[in-house]
This record gives sequence, structure tokens and C-alpha cells, in this order.
Amino acid sequence: MAEIRNYTLNFGPQHPAAHGVLRLILEIDGEVIERADPHIGLLHRGTEKLAESKPYNQSIGYMDRLDYVSMMCNEHAYVMAIETMLELEVPQRAQYIRVMFDEITRILNHLMWLGTHGLDVGAMSIFLYAFREREKLIDCYEAVSGSRMHATYYRPGGVYRDLPDKMPQYLKNDFRKPKELETMNKNRQGSLLDFIDDFVKEFPKSIKQYDDLLTDNRIWKQRLVNIGIVSANRAKQLGFTGPMLRGSGVAWDLRKNQPYAVYDKLEFDIPVGVTGDSYDRYLVRMEEMRQSNYIIKQCIDWLRVNPGSVMSDDHKVAPPNREAMKDDMESLIHHFKLFTEGYCLPEGEVYKAIEHPKGEFGIYLISDGANKPYRVKIRAPGFAHLAAMDEMAKGHMLSDVVTIIGTQDIVFGEIDR
Amino acid sequence: MQDLKAQLVEEFGKGKVVEAFGELTLTVDTADIIESCLKLREAFFFDTLIDLCGVDYLTYGQSDWDANASSSGFGRAREEQGDKDRHDKRFAVVYHLLSVRKNYRLRVKAFVNEAEPIIKTVTGVWAAADWYEREAFDLLGILFENHTDLRRILTDYGFVGHPLRKDFPMIGEVEMRYDEKLGRVVYEPVSIEPNINVPRVIRK
Repeated sequence: MAEIRNYTLNFGPQHPAAHGVLRLILEIDGEVIERADPHIGLLHRGTEKLAESKPYNQSIGYMDRLDYVSMMCNEHAYVMAIETMLELEVPQRAQYIRVMFDEITRILNHLMWLGTHGLDVGAMSIFLYAFREREKLIDCYEAVSGSRMHATYYRPGGVYRDLPDKMPQYLKNDFRKPKELETMNKNRQGSLLDFIDDFVKEFPKSIKQYDDLLTDNRIWKQRLVNIGIVSANRAKQLGFTGPMLRGSGVAWDLRKNQPYAVYDKLEFDIPVGVTGDSYDRYLVRMEEMRQSNYIIKQCIDWLRVNPGSVMSDDHKVAPPNREAMKDDMESLIHHFKLFTEGYCLPEGEVYKAIEHPKGEFGIYLISDGANKPYRVKIRAPGFAHLAAMDEMAKGHMLSDVVTIIGTQDIVFGEIDR
Repeated sequence: MQDLKAQLVEEFGKGKVVEAFGELTLTVDTADIIESCLKLREAFFFDTLIDLCGVDYLTYGQSDWDANASSSGFGRAREEQGDKDRHDKRFAVVYHLLSVRKNYRLRVKAFVNEAEPIIKTVTGVWAAADWYEREAFDLLGILFENHTDLRRILTDYGFVGHPLRKDFPMIGEVEMRYDEKLGRVVYEPVSIEPNINVPRVIRK
């Protein structure tokens, strides 16, 4: 009889289903996975080392580039770590803005996940629908920070600036008819809050569309149900957090269990799965989008009636306003000091975690009292999830590996750092 | 949290538990890391290892100005410096634990020395430690005894050195380019100069 040997397959790093630059070495017996060995680090940029050489504020921008589909959430953990060490008071309004943008980011992330996960598994149109809504939310990013992706909007002490009173509109050009332009700008007549309000009203309809497309779709279910099952205990052992843990039936959410910012003042539910398979995680994330939508709605209502400062007035940390600098010596000094040297943190260490769309995103900051961090460790949720790839993929078919990559919601910016 | 602190003090001794910024840090002996971790998992219900990382304390508490500021300021990066006293406690392995059941957190620290940065692996206690230990090995060169698969993880295949060590230069040691004549990629010592834009200062 001929000798039968396992086949080793190289998957990626350039593969549309590898979500970036994942290289998987798969040992397969026929079409069944015996061992999956992910090779990561192809996007390693040394963020932690770079952060050690820069004043605190200059690393906020690096945080955006970690998980580049949920930018502001990364910033949130970083500024929270700094604020904790400085014992800095953040204005309520800034907290609400942060929470609102955290939830916008969560929807952004989940839409991206839904679209690409669908695409991987074979559902083409969901990708286009998901990006239709993403576009609007990215416009919110742009309206508030000037950048569509890498916002650098959260700063220690608050947020960079208050929400704009006017939502930017599409401009006239030769390819747009006036009528068309009018419809495009219909929801952009008021402030940013009006625009988001309009989105919040429309979004449940969009989720309904995704639901109709996928939830009872026979092919979708055949590809997802019972794929990559992780039990609750095993999920905790493997360091799972976020939807990966909730999909396994553990009701654990930092927004509820260890509330930060103003989450304790908001109402929302935590969806949990039952079996811990890919389909449950899909359902959990879909429900999370609905809950996020509800949280955003509450934030809008609060922000409408509570104007105020969005930045701490401690000018050792937050820059003074430009007008004051013109004739106030102290403001000028503060500005100069802040932008040349930065500020020093007290000696010590702190670990601050937030409920990132993918799981627990934490920043472990060690300061020796200098104006630069001594050590920054970024706890990326995807890192722990991808580490379980071998365990989740074992015994499944080759095509299921793609489903598992999708369900883990892998983004290499945060895994490779 | 105060309950947890009291219990930990009772179990591990008074000087071992520190509270700062609303967080607890427990320092354990490197030799009995496994026993301590098992105790924490079983008796204190720390079911999840959230994070594991290495720290290099070589230049802790040193500012650029007392190292090598010249009259012309900071054109070049500082020379390598190090604290001689730290050598036997140069590296720390930091474990961040979370109890989903009890809803509390703990930071566990174990120091290892420079000559033999070895500590036992905790993969047997929490499966999540696997990749985190590989990362700590890759970036700081800390060795984890009995780890079944201690390969590099984040750096390139064939990378030399441990980039997060404080004596590893920011600009790296080698750069690579494609050599037309040889028809392959070659590695050469870096040609760029290290530079400090904002000096590191410590103000108390």
C-alpha cells in the first residue's frame, strides 16, 4: 500500500481571506486540519519600542494604527491609562463624546467584520451593504477630527475639540445632478449630532437587511453553525474576551462589569451565545450593533442638553487655548512646555482596559517619572484569539479555517503591533 | 478589593502586596511561580490570564540629561548606559490576571536576573500564556523553562537580538536591501544615525 502522508499547506501571507498578513502553515490530512501554525509579525512595527522614545501625547497617533478598524477605542485605553496616573478629571461632556464615539467605532468595527466575514464565506452583497453604512460613520470621524481613519481625537484630559455645529456637505460637481446632490445632503443640513441622530434612526433598518440576508440563510448557516466551538471554561483558559467570550455563554463585558467613562449611566444589554460556535458569535455581534445604536442614541440626547467644556483645564496636560496665549504669559509658557517637553507622569504602573469591539484592549503603562513612558505594553484581544487558532481549527475542514479566521475578527495592526 | 488584598497578604506575606492607582500588585519569587499561580487560580479564582509581558529595568529612572548632554544639546542619541545594581533584577515578567467569576484583577510580578533570565512557563496553568511567553522571549530574551514551542513570534525569520531590551538601539542593528549583483537580499549594519528629538527628563 502506498504511504499516506499529511500535506503541509502554506496559507497567506497574501491571501484575501487572511485578513491582512496572516501566514498559516496548515498540516492537513486530506482536507482535515491536523495542525494550524499561524506565523505572525509580518506587520510588526515596534509600536511599544517607539512609544518609549516619545513624549506621551505623541504616541496617541500610534494607537489608531494598532487596530485600524476601531481607532478611537484604542486611543481611549491609552488616554485612560495616562489620566489614571495623573489623577486627571475628565469633563462629563468629553466622557459622553468618548462613549458615543466608542460605540460608533464598535459599529464600524462590526460592520467591517460582517462584510469581510461574509465575503470570506461567500456572501458577496453583504460587504457592499456594510460599507454603505460605514461610509456615514467614517464621515462622523472626519467631521470631528479631520481624518477618516486615524483620528487622534481623544487626548489626556478630554477630547481634542467639541462636536461641530455644522455637518460638512457634498459639493457640486459636473457628475452630480442638483437633485442628486440634494438627496445626498438631505441628512447633512444640521449639526453632527443631527447627522448621527439620523443615522441612529435609519440603522435598525440596515441591520434588518443584514439579518434578512444572512441570519436564516441556508448557506450561511451551513458554513457557520458548529464551526470552531469553544466552551466557556476553555474560552477563559485561552484568554478570550469580548464577543469571543460572550459567544461561549459568559456574560462578561467590561462596560458593565468594570464600568469606565460613563457606561454606568447608560442602559444597554449584553448578548451572550449558547453553543460557542461561529454562528453564535455572529449573532452576538449583530445584537451588539443594535445595543451600540441604542447607546449612541442616549449619548446624543444627553449631549444635546448638556453643553460645556470637553477638555480638562489643567494646562500642564491639556494645551491652553490659542486666544489666551496671545496675551497671557502663563498660557504661553504652558504651551511651550507642553509641546517641547510634554508632561511627566508620577512614578508607578497602571493597567487600563476597555471593552474594545474585539475584546479587552489594555494598556500597561510603566512610568519612572519621566516625560516618556518607560514601558508600554499593549494587550491586544486578537493576539489571544489567534493563539487559539490551532485548537479551534483542529479537526475542521480547510474551508472552515477561513470561517474561523473570520469569526475571530482578526486585524493584524493590533496583533503584530 | 480590600478583601482580596487582605487575603493575599495573609497568603503571600505583607511586603509582597502593593496597592497603587487602585490596582494590586503581587511580587512572587521566581522559583515558585508555578505554585503561586496555581494557588491564585484555584484559591483566588483567577481564571483568565489577560496579559503576560516582560519588562527590562536596565535604565529605569535615568534621564537623558544626566547621561550625555553636551554643550550642543541632543544631536545624537545617548550612549548605552545601565544601572549596575539592577543586574540581578534586570528583567521582570508581569502577569495580569482577571477573575471573571469574582470580577477583580491582579498584577503578578516576578524578577529574573540578567545572566540567566529563566523562569518556569505557566502554560500549564493558563493556556493563554503560550503566545505571550513566546512574545516575551522574542522581544526581551526571557527564557521560559518547559515551554514546548519557544520560537520567535513577532520579529522576522532569522532576526538577531531582542528589540525591547533597553540596550537595543531604536534604529535597530541591521538594515536590508536587495543586491542586484548577488541577486538576493543582503543585510548590512544600519546606515542611519540615532537621534533624539525630545530628551527624556524626570521631574519630581
